[in-house]
This record gives sequence, structure tokens and C-alpha cells, in this order.
Amino acid sequence: MNKTMTGARMVVQALIDQGVDVVFGYPGGAVLPIYDELFQQNQIKHVLVRHEQGAVHAAEGYARSTGKPGVALVTSGPGATNAVTGLTDALMDSIPIIVLTGQVPTFMIGSDAFQEADTVGITRPCTKHNWLVKDTEKLSATLHEAFHIALSGRPGPVLIDIPKDVQFATGTYTEARQVETHYNPQVKGDLDMITELVKAMETAKRPVFYTGGGVINSGPAASQLLRELVAATGFPITSTLMGLGAYPASGEAWLGMLGMHGLYEANMAMHDCDLMINIGARFDDRITGRIDAFSPRSKKAHIDIDASSINKVVHADFPILGDVAHVLEDLLNVWKSRGRKTNAEGLSKWWDQIKDWRKVDCLKFKQEGKVIKPQYALQRLEELTKKHDRYICTEVGQHQMWAAQYLGFEDPNRWMTSGGLGTMGYGFPASIGVQMAHPDALVINVAGEASWLMNMQELGTAMQYRLPVKQFILNNERLGMVRQWQELLHGERYSSSWSESLPDFVKLAEAFGAKGILCSDPDTLDDAIMEMLTHDGPVLFDCLVEKHENCFPMIPSGKPHNEMLLGDASTKDAIQAGGAVLV
Amino acid sequence: MSPLKIKKGSTSHSAYDLRPSYSDTVERHTLAVLVENEPGVLARVIGLFAGRGYNIESLTVAEVDHQGHRSRITIVTTGTPQIIIQIKAQLGRIIDVHKVNDLTVEGPSVERELGLFKVAGKGDHRVEALRLADIFRANVVDSTLESFVFEITGTPEKIDAFADLMRPLGLQEVARTGVAALSRGAV
Repeated sequence: MNKTMTGARMVVQALIDQGVDVVFGYPGGAVLPIYDELFQQNQIKHVLVRHEQGAVHAAEGYARSTGKPGVALVTSGPGATNAVTGLTDALMDSIPIIVLTGQVPTFMIGSDAFQEADTVGITRPCTKHNWLVKDTEKLSATLHEAFHIALSGRPGPVLIDIPKDVQFATGTYTEARQVETHYNPQVKGDLDMITELVKAMETAKRPVFYTGGGVINSGPAASQLLRELVAATGFPITSTLMGLGAYPASGEAWLGMLGMHGLYEANMAMHDCDLMINIGARFDDRITGRIDAFSPRSKKAHIDIDASSINKVVHADFPILGDVAHVLEDLLNVWKSRGRKTNAEGLSKWWDQIKDWRKVDCLKFKQEGKVIKPQYALQRLEELTKKHDRYICTEVGQHQMWAAQYLGFEDPNRWMTSGGLGTMGYGFPASIGVQMAHPDALVINVAGEASWLMNMQELGTAMQYRLPVKQFILNNERLGMVRQWQELLHGERYSSSWSESLPDFVKLAEAFGAKGILCSDPDTLDDAIMEMLTHDGPVLFDCLVEKHENCFPMIPSGKPHNEMLLGDASTKDAIQAGGAVLV
Repeated sequence: MSPLKIKKGSTSHSAYDLRPSYSDTVERHTLAVLVENEPGVLARVIGLFAGRGYNIESLTVAEVDHQGHRSRITIVTTGTPQIIIQIKAQLGRIIDVHKVNDLTVEGPSVERELGLFKVAGKGDHRVEALRLADIFRANVVDSTLESFVFEITGTPEKIDAFADLMRPLGLQEVARTGVAALSRGAV
């Protein structure tokens, strides 16, 4: 291979060498040389989004559903600033993506040139690392290092800002294997601490596994080892929103999701346990509720690849720094070599208690009358799609929580949702990224009408690339979660929380050349869903649902896990002054 | 050494952190952060402190190894033990950071700061300023008939004390470098 090439060529070559097959992007003046190189090759597909935010979320969807890094390419100035929300989203959820931004030529940096922005300055706090490359000789090495950093340790977004003159200039291409890096985070956990944890597991009367997105990020082996560990010990397991699918929803030990809108049995088990084993989760405030009343009687183990996560919020009695798969492998080996012991008597009582909690049946609802309940819509969607090779994305709000509650995830990488940042507008572009990665799979974005409208322009992208993404919109003509909080917290004064002048979603779909389906009758819901599934192309499914349904169970702000609200009867004065300041 | 407010039961001579990590006591720690000498690395460190609401009492930075492309940032910060641990962990996450040392808990260390003091006055004040400067082993680095510039090095407390004494004697301007610190002993 000729090692001398332009910077623009280097970008494409490095992407090819890193195994990238698709780039999501939007051209502009400062990236034209790279676009010119993309035009002259066939190995990398380019997906033209309709807004740069869409490119980054699509890259996130691609990454989350494959375990490979997602790549986005945008221009300088507004291209870069539009990427900021996606970068922050990926940082909060530890999603490995590489964002390439064009920049004005080096000799114009600092002159307030047209479409100039201090991209590395703006994105410094919302990337894992970023670079402004001022020398073509350093460009290829930087690109390779960027992939390494995005994927190693706790994954995250990285950004490379490339001035236009650096793209035009020629330099020597450095191969990935020639690049040296000092960034090699520790993956093996401390064996002594793992042994201490095993000893605690052997005697625990009320243990619970609390797993998170770290299990998914650690790769399929981690999920496999987790399943093995749960099956071997018989301990119950719950998961955060980000960790759904690591352990199958149909598994015997599955308690369901925990947290603010988690299941009663999961939250009660967290509150009453005597040994909590946190695997790749971070004690987020959506999980812990009131921190001083969080699981008061338990010893806590925390397995995490990021040292700053351990002891950040909750004190860990068994802190284990390392990659989930590596630690679980050692944990299983130590537990087996010590004789596969558990406290059978304690566990049996613990499971009896859990079965009592399960009887509360906290997700029960009544579908009656002629209006579709959102829970019913998701229950039917689950029933009619669970046998498919299925990937689910969501937007953010009530529909997201209902999707987490009523859909079952059997495998990792099947559930794409914005957890940490809570980005409305994430789901639709993410579904495009997922469909690009899995062209033959069924990709559904469960959405609310308000979230969906935030990136609705991507319907053009879905049409252009014939991506048959199904947009399942639970339309309550409200910002449902905002409305719910206003009901609970602000005296039912619904300030700006309903959507007036909503579009006719069927006509909107048709305007883009897509299919629109309207459904408002529970009796025709199944047929309508089947029609959506059988249509070969993007579908906008406008499901009109009950407008004032609230999302339960709910741990009100400022309350501990054992003070959940289970339904409308118990919501009066649920949030007190102290909790009102929390979000 | 500066008189650090270390809680009873802890020790600055042990490699182990023996203090309860969930105490409310605010401690002052001197951190030495060895970083890649890249553009923006200081912004990353400062941005971390600003973004997460940590305190910076003093910060110094300079290249210390030209060949190895390394700079050393010395940060004096305050916080509860839990916050201090979190600051160190967060610093450790920055890709350009090679090493974070907490000089306050990792053994004895020396801390020094340099200050420049411009003192203007005539007659007795002028004589007194010069006499006190001599006691503090400050050097005169600039002199006119009506002013001195003193150069003084020492612990931050010594420089504070010198500033207090100079104030009534016509102190005009102060420039301080912030703390530079190293651990004692061979390694």
C-alpha cells in the first residue's frame, strides 16, 4: 500500500482498517475533502441524515445494537454544535462512538471564520476524549487511537476535529498496529476482594444481583457468565434500564427492572436485601431514590471498570475494579473451587418473601372501554413481535418506562434507550442506526408523539435508504411524564404540557412516501399492528391512547424504595417539599 | 511542612488511608498530577473541577520532562474525604493524565511557593520593611528610592505571614506562584 496520502484519504483508510462499514453524516464546507474520498470508494456506506443530531444518535443505535463503535461525520460550526446532544447522550450511557468534525483551516482558527466554532472546547466535557489534529502526519495515528479509547475501559464518545487544510495536505499513513498508547485500563479484578465477595455470597440470606449497562458493554461473554452465575447460585436478579436483556426476562430469577418506575418486587428486594451485588451499574439517582434510606441493611459489592463510579454515591463494602466479564469469570471460578456453597435455608425464605411481593402484581391494569390503554398497546406489541428477530428503541418519557416494563428482553444489545441523559428525539434516529446494522431484523421505535416530533425529519433518511423502521407512537397528545409530575407536584396545573396542533401522522407519513396507520380502537389494535409488521417499509403507527394515564409503580422523589406508589389512589401529597426540588 | 488538618487516627506517614471516608471534615490536600504535555490538558483538569463543583485553592503547572513530553500540575484542593477520593478518581479518568499522587496522604512532602511583593514607603516604614524582609530571608529584586520588590519563597503560610506584615508598611501589589510540592525521601 502506498503510505503517502492526503488527510482526507487517511480518514477513509483508517475507518476501513478499523472495520467500519457505515458512517452517518451530513456534508458541509469543512468536510468536503472527506466526502470526496467517500464518493470514490465502495467499502464504507454513507447514510445521509437530515440533522447532525440524528447522525450521532444513529451511530449510538448502531453501536448499542452491535457492540461495535458507531461513526458520525459532520461539518464544522453548526455541524459540530448539533452533535453535542448526541455526544453527551453517549457519554452518559457509555456508548462507544467516533465523531469526526470538519474545522476551518488551521491558519484561520481563532479568526471567527465562517462556520468556525471551538469544537474541542465545546465538546471537552461531553466526550471521553477529543483531539484537534493540526498536522496530517499525526492524523492516522490519532484516528486509530480514537477507536482504541472509545472502546477500551468504560466506553464512550470521542471526537476528532480535522481542519480542512489538514484534509488536503499529504502525509504518511500509520497502521493501527504501529500506534502506541498508554491507555490500557485494568480489566482483571482483585482476586482477594473477589474471594471476600464469594465468602459473603456463601452466607447471604437475602442476596440480590443488581446489574446495569456495564454488563452489555462488556460484551456477550459477560451476559453469558451472568446467566451462568445466576443459574448456579439461584440468587434473584434485577437490572437498571440500561442493563435490560443481559439476563433474559423469561428467566426464573428475573425480578424485572428496578428504580423509579421499576417493579415492586425488584425495589423491595433491593431495600430488604442483606447482600447487594452491583455488576456494571452506577447507583444512579433513578435507582437509589433517597440515598440515606437506600437499602439500609445490606453489604454492597460494586463491580465497575471505572474507579470513579465506585464509592461515588454509595459506599462499597466490596469494591472490585475491573471488566464485568473478567470479574464474573473469576468470581464463578472462585465460588466453584470453594465448593459452590450458598445459604439454602436463607435463600428459600428470601424467595418466599419475593413471591409474596410478586403477588402485588404491580403492572396490572384494566383495558376496558373504547380507549386504548398505553400498557395494553405495549402488551399487544410484545405478544405479536416477541418471536421476531427484534430490536427495540425508545424515545424518552412515559412510553419509555412502559416499554421497559411491558416488553421482555431475552438478549443483550436488543434495547436502545437514552438512560442517563434522557434525550427526547433519540429513538427515531437510533432505530435508523440499528436497522442499518441489522437490515433484516424487525426494528421498532416505541415513541411518544412529542419525542418523535423532535427528530421527525429523519423520516426522509429512512425513506432514502429503504429502512423499514416501525415507529410505534403512543399518542396521548400530552407530554405525559411532565403532565404526571405536574399532577403529583404542581397542583394539576398543566403548564405547557399538552401538544396542540399535532400533525395528522398518517398524512405526515404519506408526505414522505411512508406508510401511516392510525389506530384508536382496542378491538382493531392487533390487526393494525399486524399491518405495520407486514408492510415492507417505514411505518408511522399513530396509536391514540388514554390521555391521562400515569406511569406506575413510582418511587416519588425523595422517598426510599419501600415507599412506592402503586396506583392513582395513593398519589395524593406523595411528593413533599424536600422531594420537590429533585427531578 | 504546612500544618494540614488531618483528622486524629489518620496518618500522613502511612500508605493506607485510615480515615473514615464518609466523614464531614473538610480536608486540604495537595495533589501532584503528571500529565501528557498536550494542548488543552490544563483545560481538561480545570474543566473537571469547575464542572463537578470541586475547589481549587492553588494550581501550578509547568513542563517537567521535555523529552518525555510531561507536565506536572500541582493542585491544592479542599473537600471531605469522599470528595477528595472522587477528585482523584475523576482526574485518573482523563486520558492525558498519567499519574495522580496525593502528597497529603502518601507520606511526608515539601511544599513551596514563591511570592513577589511590591512595597512602597519612605522613612521608618521603608527601613522596617527591609528589616522584616531580612528576617524572612526575602531578597530585594528591584529597588527605587520609594519602593522595593521582595522575592520570598516558603510555605504558603510563611508567605501569608509576610503579606500580613507588609500590609501596614505600604504593600502595593502581590504576585504568588501557587504551590509546588514533592514527596520527601529518595523515591
